[in-house]
Amino acid sequence: MTYIPISPKERDAMLATIGVESLDALFQAVPAKYRFPQMNLPPALTEMEAASLLAEIASSNENTRGDLISFLGAGMYNHYIPSVVDHILRRGEFYTAYTPYQPEISQGTLQAIFEYQSLMTALTGMELSNASHYDGATAAAEAVNLAFANFRGKRRKVVISPTVHPQYRETIRTYTQGMELTLAGDDAAADLQAAPEALTPLIDVETALVIVQYPDFFGRIFDYTRLIEAAHAQGALVCVVANPTALALFKTPGAMGADIVVGEGQPLGLPMWFGGPSLGFFTTRKQYVHKMAGRLVGETVDSRGQRSYVLTLTAREQHIKREKATSNICTNQGLLALASAVYLSVVGKNGLKQVANLCYQKAHYAAEELSKIPGVGLCFPQPFFHEFAVCFPKPVAEINEHLLEHGIIGGYDLGQDYPALKDHALIAVTEMNTRDEIDMLVEVVKEVLS
Amino acid sequence: MSNTPTTLKYAKSDEWFDPATGKVGISDYAQEQLSDIVFMEITVSEGDEVQAGSQIASVESVKAASEVLSPISGKVVAVNEDLTNSPEAINSDPYGSWFVQIEGGDGSELMDAPAYEKHCEERAH
Repeated sequence: MTYIPISPKERDAMLATIGVESLDALFQAVPAKYRFPQMNLPPALTEMEAASLLAEIASSNENTRGDLISFLGAGMYNHYIPSVVDHILRRGEFYTAYTPYQPEISQGTLQAIFEYQSLMTALTGMELSNASHYDGATAAAEAVNLAFANFRGKRRKVVISPTVHPQYRETIRTYTQGMELTLAGDDAAADLQAAPEALTPLIDVETALVIVQYPDFFGRIFDYTRLIEAAHAQGALVCVVANPTALALFKTPGAMGADIVVGEGQPLGLPMWFGGPSLGFFTTRKQYVHKMAGRLVGETVDSRGQRSYVLTLTAREQHIKREKATSNICTNQGLLALASAVYLSVVGKNGLKQVANLCYQKAHYAAEELSKIPGVGLCFPQPFFHEFAVCFPKPVAEINEHLLEHGIIGGYDLGQDYPALKDHALIAVTEMNTRDEIDMLVEVVKEVLS
Repeated sequence: MSNTPTTLKYAKSDEWFDPATGKVGISDYAQEQLSDIVFMEITVSEGDEVQAGSQIASVESVKAASEVLSPISGKVVAVNEDLTNSPEAINSDPYGSWFVQIEGGDGSELMDAPAYEKHCEERAH
C-alpha cells in the first residue's frame, strides 16, 4: 500500500504529457549518487506483525506508571492525572496539529485558552496571562525579552539567582546572545546558602530584570517581597519562576509584588513524557501587556451582543510588528494549555491545595527519614516544598545505580551543575509516592551506605 | 479626502509639524491608513536630541504597527504622556493629538499642505 497520493496510472499520464518514458528517465539529469538510494529494508510486515513488534519494543521501556518508583524531579514532576484530562484532549474538536485561532470557527478553542489564562492569573496572583509558551525555560527567557523591550534596550543588565534552574539559565543565555546583555549573579562561586537579599547589591539603574525561582531549584521557599522592593527601588522589574503546584499552598508571587511570573505548567495535568512536549505559562501586570510575547485571547461581544472570544492586541506580535516585536514567538501550546485548564477545573481549588499539601507532607517525611541515616544530611536549613537537597557520603551515581536495581529512580545529581554540591542529590516527592515507597527508598539508601 | 491644515508642514513619512509651536503628530491620512489605533508609545524623553527621520514613537492599530519619525532635528522639550492613555484620540483628532514638542527648526525643508496632498494622492494610485 502506498501513501503517495498519485496512482501509477496518474503518474504515467503525467510522464506521457511531458514526453518522458519513465520516472528513472525523469531523474536522469541528477547524478546517480545524489538520487534516492536503494534501501536495504526487511520484508514488509502485516498490521498484526507490526503491532506485535512495536508492542515488544515499547515493553522494553520502563515507566513511572507501574514499572518504577520515581524520586526524580528537578523541573518535571510525577503527579496524578485524572483520566478525564486525556478524554477531553482527544476530542476531535481539539485534537489537531494546528490550533485554529479564527473566531468564526474556533469559539471552543478560544474559550478554552481564555479559561486557561484566567486560571493562571488566579494561581500566580497576576493580572494577565498569555496563551502559553513551549516550556518553562522559554517563558523565563521571554521575561528577559519583555524587560529588555520595556526599557527599550536602555537597561542591559539581568540579575539572575544562582538557584534558578540551571537549564533555564542556559536557555536565557542562548536566547540573549547578540543582545549585548550582561547576566550577573549566578557565577560558579555564588553562595548557595545565601538569602535572596544577597542579590540586592548587584541590582542597579542598569538592571532591567531580576530573576528568582519559587520554590528555588533546591526546593526552598523564600518570601521575595524585600528583594522585589529593592529591585523596584532601582526601577528594575522582577520575574519569579514558579512551580504552579506550590502556588496553591503558599503566598503568590503576585502578592510579593512580582512584575512577571512564569513557570513550567507540566505539573498541571501533563505526563513527564521524555521531558516534553511541555507548557510554559507567562503572566504579568496589565501595564506590560504591549511588551508581552505570544498569543492573547480576550473576551468581547459579537455583532448580536453575545459573549465571544478573539485573539486580541495582535499588533504587538511579529507577524505585524516585524523586527520591532518583543519576540519571534507567535504561537502557543494550545492542546497542553487545554490539558492544564481541564486539570485545574477537575481538581479544583481545594483539590490542588490537597495535592500540594500531600507533596509537602510526604517530602518532609522523606527528608526526616533520610536524614536519620548516618552520613546523610539535608544541605539547607530553610523551609522547602516537595523537593530537597541531601548530601551523601558516596557519589550520587553509585547510589542511584543501586536504587535502580530495586526499581527506584533516585534523585537528581546536583554535582553536574554545582561543583560545590558534589555527592548531593535533589529528591522530589509527590502525592504519587506512598509511605511504603518512601520507606523503601530509605531502606535501600541505608543498605548502600552500610 | 483627508484633512490637511495649511498652517502645518508635513514629512514624507506622514508626520505633521507645527512651525509655530514645534508640536509633532501624525496626519489625517496616516491615521486613516492605520485604522483604529489601540496603543501608542512615545520612545523619546524630554531633553533628548533627535535627528530628522529618527524614531520618536510607535503606534499600534488593530491591524498594523507603525513607527513615528521625527520630521525635524532638534531637542524634545515636551512629551504628551496623556495621549498614551487615550490613543484613540489620534483617530478622532489627528491634528489636536500631538506626540512631542521639538525645538530646533522651522520645518522649511518639509512639504507644505498642497505638496503633501499630492504626495498622498500619488500613493493612492
